Amino acid sequence: MEQASQKKVIDSRGSFCPGPLTDLFKAYRTAELGALLEVWATDPAAKSDIQAWAAHTGNQVAETAEEKGYTRIVVRVTKKKA
Amino acid sequence: MAQITTSKTEPEIKEGGKLSIILSKGSLDMAYPAFMLANAGAAMGMEVHIFFTFWGMAVINKKTEASLEVGPDASPGMTTPMVKGAIRQLKIPTIPEMVANAHDMGVHFHACSTTMEMMGLKKEDFIPEVDDIVGASTFLHLAENGQTIFI
Repeated sequence: MEQASQKKVIDSRGSFCPGPLTDLFKAYRTAELGALLEVWATDPAAKSDIQAWAAHTGNQVAETAEEKGYTRIVVRVTKKKA
Repeated sequence: MAQITTSKTEPEIKEGGKLSIILSKGSLDMAYPAFMLANAGAAMGMEVHIFFTFWGMAVINKKTEASLEVGPDASPGMTTPMVKGAIRQLKIPTIPEMVANAHDMGVHFHACSTTMEMMGLKKEDFIPEVDDIVGASTFLHLAENGQTIFI
């Protein structure tokens, strides 16, 4: 089921809750199974919100990293709605 | 755009859970939390319903949707221009943008029939995102087995 991973960057820097989450969701809607979605966020709640989102929707947080002035959260699409 | 009908919306069972919000206030400080939760819930794959009643009707009224003000619970000195200025400066979406976003993500909008009568509103007075006009029992049926929040 894993396909060659395409990575898409979602730049939500400057956007507040639930902005990064809704930006992620919009990209998720059109993403293929196995795709990597990388969110860049300055909202301090983004990391925990996206972890909660992933747990709730059955997707995976592949990586989180603190960059200069923002957080990078990489999500792997492991589940798509039927 | 879905045409407004008075028919019931059958609850669809989504595996992501369900969130129902009763929005009874029409001020900025009440509309924002409602739409932030609704939009976060929709992004989490939840089935989301908002039941607009009493002053919450201002949010779906074409005439007032874009001109909501700070409510009486706000701290003194926190004026509508101040709050709107902060919202603009932080690039937080406006209420009409939050509404469009919610609709785009599949949030269901229900208008309370009794409040409509009380306020002399017609379905033509509502923004097109409103799905239907329902009563309390329809809402309770829709909200069954999910989380319900009253604002």
